[in-house]
Formats: sequence, C-alpha cells, structure tokens
Amino acid sequence: MTTLKSAPVGATEPETQPTPRTTLPDRTGPTGQQTPRHLGTIRTTDVLSLIGALAASLTMTGLLWTQLSPFTGVLGYVVTSWILFVLGYALLVSFDENRPTMWDRVTSLVVHSLAVVLLGVLVFVIYYTFDRGWSAIVHSNFFTQDLRNAGPLDPLTVGGIKHAIVGTLIEIGITLSIAVPLGLLGAVFLHEVPGRFSRFVRTVVEAMTALPDILAGLFIYATLILILGFDSSGFAASCALAVTILPIIIRAGDVVLRLVPGNLTEASYALGAGQWRTVWHILLPTARSGLATAVILGAARAIGETSPVLLTAGFTADLNTNPLHGPMVSLPLEAYEAVQSPEPAMIARGFGSAATLLVLVLVLFAVARKIGGRGAGQLTVRQRRRRVRASSRDRDRFAARNRIVDQRQPLAQQLLGPPPDTAT
Amino acid sequence: MAGLTTRASTGRHAKPDGPDGAGPIPIRRRRESKAKYGLTDRVFRGVARSGGGLVLLIMVLVGTFLAYRAAEALRHAGFSFLTTQAWNPDGGGFGIAAVMVGTILIALVAVVVALPLAMGAALYIVEYAPRRIQRGLISLVDLMAAVPSVVYGLWGAFFLQWKIISLSKWISDWFGWIPLFKVDGARRGDPLATATVYTSSTFIAGIVVAMMVAPIACSIMREAFGQAPPGEREGAFALGATRWGMIRSVVLPFGRGAIVGGTMLGLGRALGETIAVVMIISPVFRIQPHILQNGTSSIASLIALRVGEASPFAISALMAAGLALFALTLLVNFAAASVVARSRSGAVSDG
Repeated sequence: MTTLKSAPVGATEPETQPTPRTTLPDRTGPTGQQTPRHLGTIRTTDVLSLIGALAASLTMTGLLWTQLSPFTGVLGYVVTSWILFVLGYALLVSFDENRPTMWDRVTSLVVHSLAVVLLGVLVFVIYYTFDRGWSAIVHSNFFTQDLRNAGPLDPLTVGGIKHAIVGTLIEIGITLSIAVPLGLLGAVFLHEVPGRFSRFVRTVVEAMTALPDILAGLFIYATLILILGFDSSGFAASCALAVTILPIIIRAGDVVLRLVPGNLTEASYALGAGQWRTVWHILLPTARSGLATAVILGAARAIGETSPVLLTAGFTADLNTNPLHGPMVSLPLEAYEAVQSPEPAMIARGFGSAATLLVLVLVLFAVARKIGGRGAGQLTVRQRRRRVRASSRDRDRFAARNRIVDQRQPLAQQLLGPPPDTAT
Repeated sequence: MAGLTTRASTGRHAKPDGPDGAGPIPIRRRRESKAKYGLTDRVFRGVARSGGGLVLLIMVLVGTFLAYRAAEALRHAGFSFLTTQAWNPDGGGFGIAAVMVGTILIALVAVVVALPLAMGAALYIVEYAPRRIQRGLISLVDLMAAVPSVVYGLWGAFFLQWKIISLSKWISDWFGWIPLFKVDGARRGDPLATATVYTSSTFIAGIVVAMMVAPIACSIMREAFGQAPPGEREGAFALGATRWGMIRSVVLPFGRGAIVGGTMLGLGRALGETIAVVMIISPVFRIQPHILQNGTSSIASLIALRVGEASPFAISALMAAGLALFALTLLVNFAAASVVARSRSGAVSDG
C-alpha cells in the first residue's frame, strides 16, 4: 500500500458547540490530491555521496597516476580508483548514518560491483568470440567447405569448417548413443535396486565425476589406440567423451529420480503394478523433463570438450564422415588448432569455429531450459492439454456406458420387479 | 505388488519379543514378506543390475588401468617421482614436483579470484537484483557454466593476456618484495623493460580458469542462497536488521555448505582444466613460485602437450602424473561432497 485515501470531507465541524468536553483531532486534513508515497530506498543523499565518492576517487587516482608516481595501464587505474571509491563512499556515508547502515551501504556497493564484473566479463567473453570470428562467419563458404584447399595464407573466402561441424555432430551422436542408455540405466539402477552393491556403484560414480577430462582421453588413447590398435578416429574420441560425461549423466539422473514424489510410486505399487511397470509408467515419465535436462547438459559438456578429442581424434583438414577410420576434427579442436597459426585468417577461422560452437551450446542450453527447469510431475501446457483430452475421453466413455446401463435398467425392472430399496 | 516388498521391510524394527512374550507393551514381530518378484520384474532388475555393473566396470577399469600402467613408471622412478622437477622420461629423471606445484598454484589463483566474484554475483542475483531481470541473470550464469573452456582459452590468450600485463607489472613493481609476486628480470621504472616477462604466467592462466569456474560456483551458491528460509529473513528484518545484517545472519550461515562446496567443486575443475591452461602458459619444468613470472606448467597441460610424441614408457610416466592429478581432484571432490551433504538443503520430496 503506497497511498492513503484522503479522509471524507463531510465530517461535521464542532464549531457550534460552545465548550467541548473533549477535543477531537482535526481529521479533515488537506483536501488536495495525495500523491503516492515513494517507498524506494534511494534518497538524494545516497546519490550525492555516490557521485561525490566517484569524483573524489577518479581525481585522486588521476593525481596519483600522473603526478605522484608513474603508474601505467588502464586496468591498474580502474582497480585503484575502485578501492578509493569504496573508501570514500564509506567515509561520506559515515557522516550521515550510523555504523550498521554504513556497512550495509558499503557491502551493497561491493556486491553490486562484483556482480557487474563477473557478469560483464562473461558477456564480454561471448561478445569477443563473435567479434573476432565475425569476419569468418559472414562468408557462407565458411559453413559449406572444408579446409582441404585452404592454406593459412588463403583469404577467408576460401575454405571453411564444414568438416569440423560434421565431425562434431557425428562424435556427439555416437557419444550420446553410448552414454545416454548406459547413464539412464545406471541412474534407474541406483534408484530402484538399493543395497550394498548400488551404494558402492554410487560412490565410484561420484568419484569418477572428479576425473579430469584429459585422463579420459589418455585412458582411451592407451587402450583403444595403443593396445587394441584402432586408428585415431571419431569413434575413439566419442568413447573418451562418453567416459567423461557418463558419471555426470548418472549423477544428475540419480538426483532427478530422487525428486519424484514417493507417494506417486507408492500409489502405483498399491494399485498392484510391478516394479518394471512402475518404473516405465510412473518414474520415468514423471522425471522426463529433468532427465532430458541432465542429458542435454551432458551433451553440451561433451560438445565443448577439447582435451579428450585432442588425444584421440587426430587432426585433419579434410571432411571425414567415417567415424571408424581416419582422423576426425570437432569444433573445439578446430578452434584450438587454428589459432596456433600466426596468420590472421587462420585465427579468424579459429574464432569462427568457437563462435559456431557457442551457437550450438546456446541452442542446446535453450532446449534444456525449455523442457527442463520444471520439477518432476509439473506439466507443460501441451502435456496438460493432452491429459485434459484423455480425461474427457474417459468421461465420454463412462457416460456412454452409463447410458447403456440406463437403457437396460427398465428391462431388468420389468423382469425382476422394483428394487427392494424403493419400497421403504 | 511385488515391488514394494523389499522397501516395506527396510524400516527400523524393535527386537522380537521372547517366547514368553510378556512385556508390558506387545511388540510386533517383524513381518517377513513371502512375495516373490514376477518374471518381468526379475528381468528388469537383472538388466538394471547388469547396467550398473557395466558402469562400475568402465569406471573401475579407467582407474585401475591408469594405476596399472602408471606402476611401471612409478617403480622406475621410485620416491624421486615426487621430488624431481624435470620431465625427461626417456632419459634422465622425471617427476611431478614442478608440475604439481604449478597445477596447485594455478588452481589457487583461480579460486582466490573466483570465490569473491561468484559469491558477489550470487548474492546480487538472489538479494539485490530487481525481480524483472533475476531469471535472465540466472539463465546467463547457468549458460556460462556450459560455455566450452576453449572459448575462455581464446579470450585469455588473445585479449586478457595483453591487457593484464600492466596490472601484473604494477603488482610486481609495488609488491615485488613479497616472494609470491616477485618477477626476475623486471626493473622498476625502466621504460625500456620488456613486457614479455609478464606473459604466459600462472596469474593469467589462473584468472582465465577463474572465469571458467566462477559460473559453476556461482550457480551452486545462488541455488542455496535462494532457499534460505523466508521466515528467518523476515524475522531478521523485523528485528531491525539492515539488508547486509540479514545476509550476514541468515543467508550466509544457511549457505555456508554451498559456499564451501561450490568453491571446492570449482577447485576440482580448476585442477583438471587442460585446454585453457595450454593456450596461456609456456611450459617450464622447474618449480615456479613467482605467479606473475612468465612460464609455469600443470599436469593436465603436460599430458596434452606430450602424449603425441611419447614412447610407451613416457606414456606410463604421463599416466603416473595423471594418477597424481586424479588423486588430488578426488580428494577435493570428496571433501566438497561431505561438506555439501552436511548443509541444510532439503533432500526429501513428497508430492
């Protein structure tokens, strides 16, 4: 409530009575329009002390920077003036306010600036990637050709990263086809078959989430490639990626399955369903959005991993669609390899690959946000509509059945006489 | 029907009464379920169990294989594996003293930078941000946690590296008397001094990794801060606390587990980070305690750079180094898990 309604003006004035025994307070008040009261916490003095502290810190740092000691660089200037800004602001506020209020203001300032720094840097990282890669992305051949005929000195109108895009898609496809069934099965196992064995598996899986991604690559390199004699290939890279994201998917899936309300599964058991039917019809559908989110976030992780691919996939400039044979490049690896070159065109291609990769991750993330982000059992609009339709079908079916029963009833009454209840 | 049997019998039971059974309160005997699983359920449980077994097999295989292959190099090097700084497996000694110190220093710089940033951003999102932009900010931070590390590496190598030299120089000029910030070959106030002594340093790699792990830590902290009980918040306000007073007395104690857990998780990621570090540092194999100085190394980057041309014995040595790294991250992760598990976050769900 920000406004107070003005009191009605019709209150009688007590001027006719000669000697009032008690005095009534004057409730008429100002009759003009009342404005809503501003409830914000920002006052003029706050703004003024902010501006004052900022001006003081900037000038003081300028004095330090130019006159007293020869500092260099913009970043140092910003850091120093920020420190002076906080100190000056604390001083200015402490003139007007008590100590807790001063601490409140100062920490608010610090929290705001930390958040601005982190979020600003994060946005800038994305912006910078697109900015540097823009000159490569704008050419359509960047997405339709591979680098076979494009040397480092060739302009950006020749060659592209089609091989890396195709390689990424193939690798992620194989990775997911290994990791998703195994991961979901593992999560269901941890949830449904409790016991000493599954506790042990859970501990091992949790330990393996700590496995650095490079070690997954090293493991596959030493087994598949060195011992079993596979090529450096897309399949080996997919295996390494699958080992990397398998514990992540299992762990996230385990957490999501635990969020399924216990009374839903208990109701299923109480209705006589077996364990498998409960898992298939209750547990998995209820947790579907959460499981999809777990899988998609795992996929985003796998798409962006460079180091396992670096060890296992090899590097090529050609388009290779055979995952079992020959080196296969993915987008992060292409970005990493391209910027090793000193040529500006190659560096632009590297940033272009990174930007393409970012778009892929962004799309995956948006999809995860769209279908995930809701708890187990919360329905989307479409799912709710489907339930409503199913329910109305059931209603019609029941109604139709009741009509048939109604039609039969008179006949039964004729044959058997009136039901005994109606007599009394 | 069959599915519930094992669950129903897992409660806590009083001990069964004796043959006379003449206690003051009749104690119910534990009821044994005679129901068996049906065929479908037995198949399902078998499949699930074998799936779990397969997962376990893969995971254990990775660990044991690493240990098995590392054993050769470890036997050869003996105790000097922990103390040697150089890395020449095919002749001369090799050890993880230098790379381990480099790994830990990079991770520590990353955590020192990332912790205040992540905490500040999480507090801002939960407590200070206007409601309109709150959801957008949450999405942004979660998205940044999914951004590939090669993107951060590119940013660090091509942008940050050259912008931060002035800050490195300033720190080493004025705080060079602290051994950590000392830079050999830097001359204060010399306008012709070369800037390359400040590039490719632990400091820069640490900051890039910090930007990578800060969203992860921030995401975890934000989740916990947002769940701080509203009753306690309003109670603090009703007692006259300022916003910071409320945060200090309610939100931060409630989220302490998440602060530690998120930081440790970030530390684990920072220890294992490969590609962003490879793109920044220039590898040297001696203990580099000066974080602003050019040249350092880490275990993950060592593996990434050396595997390509390594002999079988060198690969065994790399595996030993990887095993040491794995042991370190494992330790950090278990510490994080135990701290997070003890925090006050609700794990019970009932619809």
